[in-house]
Amino acid sequence: MTTKTQIANRDIVLQIKDLRKSFGDNDVLNGFNMELYQGESLVIMGKSGSGKSVMIKCLVGLLESDSGYIRVMKNDITKLDQEALDILRADIGFLFQGSALYDSMTVRENLEFPLRRHTKKFGEHIDAEALVIEALENVGLVSAIDLMPSELSGGMKRRIALARTLIMKPKIILYDEPTSGLDPITAKEIILLMQDIQRKYGTSSLIITHDVDCARVISDRMILLIDGIDYAMGTFNELAKMDDPKVKAFFKH
Amino acid sequence: MIGLRQIKSQLINFFIEVGEISYFTKRFFIEVFKRPFETKEFLRQCYQMGNRSLLLVGITGFIIGLVLTLQTRPTLMEFGAVSWMPSMVSISIVREIGPIITALVCAGRIGSGIGAELGSMRVTEQIDAMEVSGTNPFKYLVATRVLAVTLMLPLLVLFGDAIALFGSYLVENLKGNVSFLLYFNKVFDALEFGDILPATIKSFFFGLAIGIVGCYKGYNCKKGTEGVGKAANTAVVLSSLLLFIIDFIAVFVTDIFYDL
Ligand SMILES: Nc1ncnc2c1ncn2[C@@H]1O[C@H](COP(=O)(O)OP(=O)(O)O)[C@@H](O)[C@H]1O
Ligand SMILES: [Mg+2]
Repeated sequence: MTTKTQIANRDIVLQIKDLRKSFGDNDVLNGFNMELYQGESLVIMGKSGSGKSVMIKCLVGLLESDSGYIRVMKNDITKLDQEALDILRADIGFLFQGSALYDSMTVRENLEFPLRRHTKKFGEHIDAEALVIEALENVGLVSAIDLMPSELSGGMKRRIALARTLIMKPKIILYDEPTSGLDPITAKEIILLMQDIQRKYGTSSLIITHDVDCARVISDRMILLIDGIDYAMGTFNELAKMDDPKVKAFFKH
Repeated sequence: MIGLRQIKSQLINFFIEVGEISYFTKRFFIEVFKRPFETKEFLRQCYQMGNRSLLLVGITGFIIGLVLTLQTRPTLMEFGAVSWMPSMVSISIVREIGPIITALVCAGRIGSGIGAELGSMRVTEQIDAMEVSGTNPFKYLVATRVLAVTLMLPLLVLFGDAIALFGSYLVENLKGNVSFLLYFNKVFDALEFGDILPATIKSFFFGLAIGIVGCYKGYNCKKGTEGVGKAANTAVVLSSLLLFIIDFIAVFVTDIFYDL
């Protein structure tokens, strides 16, 4: 485990300050703050519907925030044009809540798809085949290369989706509820896989979840998203000991 | 009072939608000419759209040709003008009935298909996934599909016209012993460039309308399964309505050119 002081000395790769977002009368985020340090695993926990997905989508520019400051690796993403944003996005992996595999394409085509626009990152002559195989090896599913997404189980879909994020060799990976909808054993496998990847590539991870077991295993640090703000922050053990009833609600079974 | 307010808000929503569709169309024209072209996806869409609607367009065209001829026959007989049949049928089919019927069939088949496909991609976050991998989903999904319908529709209209004329010929052959050669000689005598060109131009716009509306509805689909159904459904309703409006405008424009 990394201690707090060690983390504080490292670079900040992601930063959100005073993020606000509402849909009509529905105020989802009311001034959310967070920082993600290089190489760390930060877990953000919150009830469903608390705005976790909204927050992470603002982070990559899928949703426009009402106000607030979002910095991704020294870039203020609200000020980037489309092209600069696309180049930056090549360094950010995003694992969607429902895997979001392209269901009209095979696994191979799914993995090749993100490569098509990023010749800048890999050079003109990329060996797509080798990259696809490497990514599939990382998730242990090389045999599924010619299957369609409809032929895969939920756990396999999640792994392929993870492989599709890995193929870009991202510096930061954002996981939106990586274990939701999976049985406990498959969920555990996914968590192990996430740890492997973190170790192997030294990525920084932002993990959104409401699964306490997942949070315990994987987090260096946690933030609780309650009432649209960063209600509490600390390591898993620090938060689990807090007396605040809203915080306690997360940790009792 | 409440009724009035409802009408007002519906009217506002209508104008917002018109604005959004115009912006969507503008974006299509910008993206479609930008390199690199998504040639493979474009060809795949052309093939699928043609493949999926060819039979339907053929059957509809055949029946229209058959029915049109059967029903006009007695009236023409009364005036002793049955020999006018090929010219009359061919002009009405090529100028009006062929394009609009084919377009309506395609609005139902292709328009709803695009709406449902893009809608379910939106709902399952596949479009978002393309967006975050920096791959410009608008260009890959929308530009290719709209361009494919726009180019395929005139071809489908020509095909529908040909089948409809063939249906009409069958009736004439059975009832009046007109030979194939004679029938189609009369057809080509009657048809002018001035009939075919406006109809073809009109068909391009029909295709554009079907593609834009289908893509717009699917691309901006609301979350939830009912969102997908609604996207497919409103795509058909709105594009059918647009087809008649375009047809209406086209008649006026063609009329001006005939007067010149
Ligand atoms: N595109 C959208 N339009 C309107 N409301 C939205 C949209 N996306 C999310 N919301 C609302 O924002 C709130 C938070 O949603 P979300 O971030 O998906 O929750 P979760 O924390 O479970 O991921 C919900 O009340 C949801 O209804
Ligand atoms: Mg969510």
